[in-house]
Amino acid sequence: MSTLAVNAADRERLLAAYPEVFHRSFMQRWGLAIVAVTVFVYLAFCFSFFNVIPTFVNGNWDRAAIYIQDWYSWRAQPRLRFQNGQVVPQWTSRRQYPEGAAIDWLKPTSNGGYTVLFGGENRLEVTPSQVDVYIDGKLYPVAINGDRASLPAGAPARMEQDDSKVNVRFGFAGQAEIRSNQVYIQRRFLGWANFFFDTHSPFWGRSVTGVAGLVLFGERLDPAQSNASLALDNFLNNGSWQHGDILSKLMQTLVMAFVGTLFATLVAFPLAFVAARNITTSRPMNWGMKRFFDFLRSIDMLIWALFFTRAFGPGPLPGIAAIFFTDTGALGKVYSEALENVDDKQREGVKSVGAAPVIVQRYGVVPQVLPIFISQSLYFWESNTRSATVIGAVGAGGIGLKLLESMKTNADWDKVAYMVLLILLVVFVFDNLSNALRSRVMGKKGH
Amino acid sequence: MAHVAEPAQLSGLQESSRTILDHYQQQVRTRRIYTVVSIVVFLIVLAASLDFANEANSGKFFERLPYFFDFIKSFVPNSPLEIFRAMFDLPSPYADGSIKFDYTSDRVWITDSFYIPNFFYQLAITLNIAIVSTILGSTGAFLLCFFASSNLVGSRAVRWGVRRIMEIMRAFPEIVIAGLLAAILSIGPIAAIIAVSFHTIGALGKLFFEVVENADMRPDEGLRASGASWLERVRFAILPQVLPNFVSYTLLRTEINVRASTIIGAVGGGGIGEVFSLSIGRDHAAKTYAIIILLLVTVICVDQFSAWLRRRLIGRQSFEFGRGAA
Repeated sequence: MSTLAVNAADRERLLAAYPEVFHRSFMQRWGLAIVAVTVFVYLAFCFSFFNVIPTFVNGNWDRAAIYIQDWYSWRAQPRLRFQNGQVVPQWTSRRQYPEGAAIDWLKPTSNGGYTVLFGGENRLEVTPSQVDVYIDGKLYPVAINGDRASLPAGAPARMEQDDSKVNVRFGFAGQAEIRSNQVYIQRRFLGWANFFFDTHSPFWGRSVTGVAGLVLFGERLDPAQSNASLALDNFLNNGSWQHGDILSKLMQTLVMAFVGTLFATLVAFPLAFVAARNITTSRPMNWGMKRFFDFLRSIDMLIWALFFTRAFGPGPLPGIAAIFFTDTGALGKVYSEALENVDDKQREGVKSVGAAPVIVQRYGVVPQVLPIFISQSLYFWESNTRSATVIGAVGAGGIGLKLLESMKTNADWDKVAYMVLLILLVVFVFDNLSNALRSRVMGKKGH
Repeated sequence: MAHVAEPAQLSGLQESSRTILDHYQQQVRTRRIYTVVSIVVFLIVLAASLDFANEANSGKFFERLPYFFDFIKSFVPNSPLEIFRAMFDLPSPYADGSIKFDYTSDRVWITDSFYIPNFFYQLAITLNIAIVSTILGSTGAFLLCFFASSNLVGSRAVRWGVRRIMEIMRAFPEIVIAGLLAAILSIGPIAAIIAVSFHTIGALGKLFFEVVENADMRPDEGLRASGASWLERVRFAILPQVLPNFVSYTLLRTEINVRASTIIGAVGGGGIGEVFSLSIGRDHAAKTYAIIILLLVTVICVDQFSAWLRRRLIGRQSFEFGRGAA
């Protein structure tokens, strides 16, 4: 852009013609800067108030990587113990393989040791006296004598001596801790282990086509029931993923939102007529009802949830009650505002033909506000589907509590990821459902 | 609505009118059948849901109902003054060494002689969590929203991507973020701030870009004609129009975030929510009532203040209808 050339006369003329542009008040000129500086100072204060830097410095960042990897991958964690000159694999309770299964990355050798493959040219040859570490095909023997495993000379940075043990890192594929009495292996694989069937199921370890073939044409594995029902039963009762439990908890959360919003709608509907000034003429009644709505709304959903959890025990009932109480207030307020904005002509029309008061409301008011009411309730239903998760975590049960329990173990992040995916899916489905319903109720323009 | 004509009137009708009337009545009947069927289905779903909820609950509704009233009866403080002693951390005459009546040891000492009562301190933490995360979240939403609106960004892929990111941020359960961060950073307010901010970006971003899409495009055209860059167009054509609505939505979000940070607190994010969940779980009646009163007053004050500020900034336009979408 070329620079503007303005001579003195023009300047005067412009100044006189547009005083509001050139003579702005102090707040207009500096307001934004003042707000920005205030916000900045406030954030700086909070930065120190919440000890942001120490918290981040003291964070367990090494564990963070593991937790995040656990969302989309799984690790097998055998301990190869040295017993009487033999190597014996020992698994934790979370073992992903059945007893005696042949594992393609953990193979016994002829001399009583084990070979652990980490993909590519990386592997371990474990014997009680020496562990041969192969990194990119090169051998680094770790000698074990007495109560110490010692790092060989010239070892790469992936291997390090940590007190009396040697740690070997293979990146994503896993790591190994070589001690004097055992080698602790962590081997990581992409995906979720045993997602469909756990190791106790006869369907374990079969391919998709294998399972489908068994279900459709195979001999009955269990004479008491068909293969399809056995597969479904094995899937729902999968010990490590607990599909049945998780789906039932998800259902509880959905029921909380549905029933809570529905009851709130049913109760708020008549009460809103009492609160609306143009419908109920008694001012004390209007005022009282509106303050009642405010009261219900202002007590946090959390308070209602905890209160009813104490009374009814954890489960969907306190969740329903919490959503019901809060939303009766919120919906009542919105409904009564909608009622106060109705067009009076229709009411007068119905009244003028001599209709009873209830009929006047039914035919003069309800048709006008019903679309707004339904649309608002759908909005609340949608948002309650989300808040029911959090309410659940507080103690009202459902998927929220399940999530919280899984997170507290710090070992079930894959299950957390699974539940998050389910929740996201459900929220999207319900958003679209309520949007579709809303646009049908409100006509094309939507709301 | 269904207005069925009297037989006496019917006799006087012409053949064509009779046909119309018949069709009308036919439609009314069909509609009524649909209404009845949908109400019946609805009731069945409701009954099934209620039964399921009752079955899944650890205490059954009618079994627990008497205990419920007992619980309310047992949840009465020794004297109304106890509530205020608990609120202001004053010594209690009922003190028997148990934490139920021990109000004084929670005092937060600022200097040797001046203390802030614990509940006020916790409330301040919760309020600060809410405000900080609203600031961070609205900044994020502000930066994102322009890339999601069809009148400013031509590329379908960018719009689609940004909108999906917002959707996921909105629907991602806050407690999972808080829980993951609590595992990494240890339990505390920072996990709550990040969780609430994350959700705020998604929720506000959606409202913001809808405002931007409804903006009047004539100023933008003018600037475009004079050769302004994209940033200049956004700054001088769009921003002045949408800023009042942005501020209004942000204030509304502050109200919601005060509640959200209380709840996240109860799950382990610190602040008044955590204290409340502990005190109600341990049957500390006076402390619980003190916190309920504090929370009630705070929520009402925040709501009123934000409503007043919104009215001053953009007049009496009501944005209450947007609440559910947030």
